[in-house]
Amino acid sequence: MPPRAETGAMLPRPARVRRATRETHDVVTLELEAEPEPADAPAAAQPGQFNMLYAFGVGEAAISVSDIADGTRGAVHTVRAAGAVTRALAALEPGMPLGVRGPFGTPWPLAACTGRDVLVVAGGIGLAPLRGAIAAIRRERDRYGRVTIIVGGRSPDTLIYAEDLAAWRADSTLQVETIVDHAGPAWRHDVGVVTDMLPRAQVDAERTTALLCGPEVMMRVAADALADRRVPADAIAVSLERNMKCAIGHCGHCQLGPAFICKDGPVLPWHRVAGLLREGEI
Amino acid sequence: MVAVKNLPALLAEHAFTQDLDADALAVLAGCAQNVRFRPDQSIFREGGRADWFYLLRRGTVALEMPIPGRGRTTIQTIRQGDILGVSWLFPPYRWNFDARAVTETGAIAFDAACLRGKCDADPALGYALMRRFAPYVSQRLQAARLQLADLYGDPNAAAG
Repeated sequence: MPPRAETGAMLPRPARVRRATRETHDVVTLELEAEPEPADAPAAAQPGQFNMLYAFGVGEAAISVSDIADGTRGAVHTVRAAGAVTRALAALEPGMPLGVRGPFGTPWPLAACTGRDVLVVAGGIGLAPLRGAIAAIRRERDRYGRVTIIVGGRSPDTLIYAEDLAAWRADSTLQVETIVDHAGPAWRHDVGVVTDMLPRAQVDAERTTALLCGPEVMMRVAADALADRRVPADAIAVSLERNMKCAIGHCGHCQLGPAFICKDGPVLPWHRVAGLLREGEI
Repeated sequence: MVAVKNLPALLAEHAFTQDLDADALAVLAGCAQNVRFRPDQSIFREGGRADWFYLLRRGTVALEMPIPGRGRTTIQTIRQGDILGVSWLFPPYRWNFDARAVTETGAIAFDAACLRGKCDADPALGYALMRRFAPYVSQRLQAARLQLADLYGDPNAAAG
């Protein structure tokens, strides 16, 4: 649902960077400090949703909400400098302004995870949209059964959220596995592809909900591996990335078959998109 | 007192061999021995003769290769319940990577020539083993393809 009347949804709100944390050589996490907001301001973002961040004079990009900063309504966004807009966003420093539209899109189905085991599979910067979900699960840990987090990356120096990973590993209520494509001998965790970890994970198919985010190929392989283990397709949620422009389902840039990823997604049940993601181009 | 399990009993517990019948396990045990590796101990080296095959019972092993400019690089880790070594199956029986114990590691080691001899003498046993190796090799091939695809590369480098 758009955050307010659609004209309002198209108008960026002013915000400032409160903190900028460099995660890797090309990834930065921006903690935003929202300006005073009007009474009809949108609700705080839920894990899985995204905002349109506007780098003044450059343009807008859809960036998932990684968390909500403690004690504020300011969202946390992790940006990889890939194109002109994201390079400009990643270069922002504390105190610098930007525009924000949102939150938009569908959140992770955490309510449906209540009383169930949760399997989180994240690849690369795909951990960013899942970070808020993991934080929400940890805040109400008793509501969930076994929680397993599998994080994959290209190499150790490309993994984001080093502090979070350390905290999750230290949390005895979580099973955390980290795997990279290749590493030097100092790396003490696993090496291989992220889906190598799935056969090793304890999965009770009838009571597991899986949350997947990462490269689409990774999500397809992971979802197939879970299906092989009898996890139902409607218990697997994926977060898709497409070229969001308007973010309210009007412009069609993010259309995938019958779905507008900005409005119907980005989080979608696997059964809705499995066939679409196997097509070369739609 | 801690009971010491014999090799057929250990084989019956390992994912790779657990559904073989007792006779087959006894035959395999005739080629096997229990081994242990210390952390950082080399298990085999690239180019060496692939005279052994291992079922990991505990611990983690890194498959590595030296890459110019990057040093010794780990390309895969395997763990308890996995198998270590495929090169012993086919000529020229030569390891393609280094293997190093990352942690204290326990394994059942098979004399490769002995095991190949048993498979040749008993094709049903050989077939049963090959049916277990084939999915492993297929899975490794799929994983290698995914690594080659460099999934974490940025597909939208020119966008947003």
